[in-house]
Amino acid sequence: MSASTETIERFTNKGYEAGFVTNVEEDRVPPGLNEDVIRTISAKKNEPEWLLEWRLEAYRNWLTMSEPDWQYHHYDPIDFQAISYYAAPKRDEDRPQSLDEIDPEIKETYDKLGIPLHEQEMLAGVAVDAVFDSVSVATSYKDKLAEQGIIFCSMSEAVQDHPELVQKYLGTVIPANDNYFAALNSAVFTDGSFVYIPKGVRCPMELSTYFRINAANTGQFERTLIIAEDSSYVSYLEGCTAPMRDENQLHAAVVELVALDNAEIKYSTVQNWYPGDAEGKGGIYNFVTKRGLCAGDNSKISWTQVETGSAITWKYPSVVMRGDNSVGEFYSVAVTRLRQQADTGTKMIHMGKNTRSTIVSKGISAQEGQQVYRGLVRIAPTAEDARNYSQCDSMLMGSECGAHTFPYLDVNNSTAQLEHEATTSKIGEDQILYCMSRGIAEEDAVSLIVNGFCKEVFRELPMEFAVEAQKLLEITLEDSVG
Amino acid sequence: MALLEIRNLHVNVEGAEILKGLDLTIEPGKVHAIMGPNGGGKSTLAKALVGDDAYEITEGEVLFKGEDLLEMDPEERARVGVFLGFQYPVEIPGVSNTYFLKAAVNAIRKHRGEGEIDAMEFLELVKERAKRVKLDEGLLQRPVNEGFSGGEKKRNEIFHMSVLEPQLGILDETDSGLDIDALRIVSDGVNAMRDESRSFLVITHYQRLLDYIVPDVVHVLLDGRIVKTGGKELAKELESKGYEGYNEDAA
Repeated sequence: MSASTETIERFTNKGYEAGFVTNVEEDRVPPGLNEDVIRTISAKKNEPEWLLEWRLEAYRNWLTMSEPDWQYHHYDPIDFQAISYYAAPKRDEDRPQSLDEIDPEIKETYDKLGIPLHEQEMLAGVAVDAVFDSVSVATSYKDKLAEQGIIFCSMSEAVQDHPELVQKYLGTVIPANDNYFAALNSAVFTDGSFVYIPKGVRCPMELSTYFRINAANTGQFERTLIIAEDSSYVSYLEGCTAPMRDENQLHAAVVELVALDNAEIKYSTVQNWYPGDAEGKGGIYNFVTKRGLCAGDNSKISWTQVETGSAITWKYPSVVMRGDNSVGEFYSVAVTRLRQQADTGTKMIHMGKNTRSTIVSKGISAQEGQQVYRGLVRIAPTAEDARNYSQCDSMLMGSECGAHTFPYLDVNNSTAQLEHEATTSKIGEDQILYCMSRGIAEEDAVSLIVNGFCKEVFRELPMEFAVEAQKLLEITLEDSVG
Repeated sequence: MALLEIRNLHVNVEGAEILKGLDLTIEPGKVHAIMGPNGGGKSTLAKALVGDDAYEITEGEVLFKGEDLLEMDPEERARVGVFLGFQYPVEIPGVSNTYFLKAAVNAIRKHRGEGEIDAMEFLELVKERAKRVKLDEGLLQRPVNEGFSGGEKKRNEIFHMSVLEPQLGILDETDSGLDIDALRIVSDGVNAMRDESRSFLVITHYQRLLDYIVPDVVHVLLDGRIVKTGGKELAKELESKGYEGYNEDAA
């Protein structure tokens, strides 16, 4: 084995650094799924009747649907009756009002991750709505945001405090029966984030949520809804890590974005959930439905994601461009190593006139990682002069990994212009040698090459996040090149 | 002390022996040229010296300033002052030429116990050296070698060398694919770096390059061994007579 191959392996063999479990007593619903469980969840959250009915209808739909099997994944069937659908830290009635009141153990968890909330607030000016398991334990900067009429809270709070907004928009982008996992989420979702930006307001800071899956055997069913009114702007950051654990954890989140006339939503994700061990044991199943609706003219929705974690990823953040001149963007870096499997990509649905979309997907596979880019560009008959640019690049590290590309095109208007570029490259031992021959150490050479490969995506991330993402990628791949 | 001393070097590539006991000594301040037909082992020598692990050293030793070069990793070799100008420079998408060079300069400085280079100072240095090899300033911000023409890639190699200022510059067929103007520019870049302590090992197929980079010593490398060593006039001789006669000598 050559020195470079060894470097590649050392990089990908790095243990999972964010693995630890916090001991917090849980208020948990016993495993299993039926209408009573849904009623319990709804009651615990003190929800209005219409929401309970919505959940139950989603559940009844879900019962008639079957799990998708077209994706490039291999895993044992999920026993949905073995999952507990609700867990919340105890002392529910006694929730902390400020960060100082947070359970020291939870705070410590964040400290271990290197993201102490208070520092983050002060240094980065980021408002953090921390989801610890299913209940939000801390929301900051709320008052400051409220001055401008911005609502940034947990979904549970939104249901209580702004039911008219939730009822108006929930499920309008991703209907409760959209797909198997979205239906399940609609039935049992526990919490998530809610953001509302009023007309003409430019949100003065990046809004950020750190998710952590903590309770063993608890599926996580987050539900996030972001609404940007006319001529508003918001940048939302989502970052995740998870504790080391053995059994698989199902995560089926739904994220809906709505951008009205001239509004812009930028949604950035860094995902680093437990990928499982080298034998493919453990790890998160990340089956997520994310979709944005450019409802208004001249609106814009941009997804940027850096995905390094999860055992299995099934995720296609999409944009429906209904408004004329609206813009959809998807920038993605996905890393699969160990035995990770990712089937990910996007859907760009052009309906309005002069709509434009851009897809830039960078896939890195190492060790026995398998990765699929699956993307759909659909031009509706109404979408005069629509344009799409797609670029899908794959990089392979080692000889046991795989990269696959499935681009789908569905063009129903002859005025459309579409461009597609795809490349597959192997991280060159000749590239590494070239760097080394200039004095650059092997590990630095690998991060240099990988970061160069991902540059077009990283530059779309907000500054602080870009640094974090770059670091994450370095840590992730540190041991995979030897 | 010799700058580079190669004794009885044997190198295998994919199981086949390519270098079969090569001896070569380079004194400080000298320019050596290695000529020879394709397949004789010229590029193998360059790759073995830079530390490409596809080239297996089965016997012999290489001393650089008295130290065992073969024991060093490729990046260490660069840091102690060995530079290879590649025959086929690779592209590194997304990494700007300047950023790349700065990483290299700082790695070398760190090795010497020096701090990182001042950003402004580095920029000045880079601009000045780019001018020396007439490298378009636009190429400084472009990703390393990506979309460069063949000539630009070679010029970029000489540019890297002039920024990194090695003690030994090995140029592996840098002249191939260059037109006469580019050849002159590349040669001027090398000649500007010649001094009493810096040496060069110029590997070439054609005598043409040696009209511009005038060597002190010329070697003929044939079938894995140096079969003849002489002065700069040897190159002319080879030009007119070819390698035919040596073939028999070697056999």
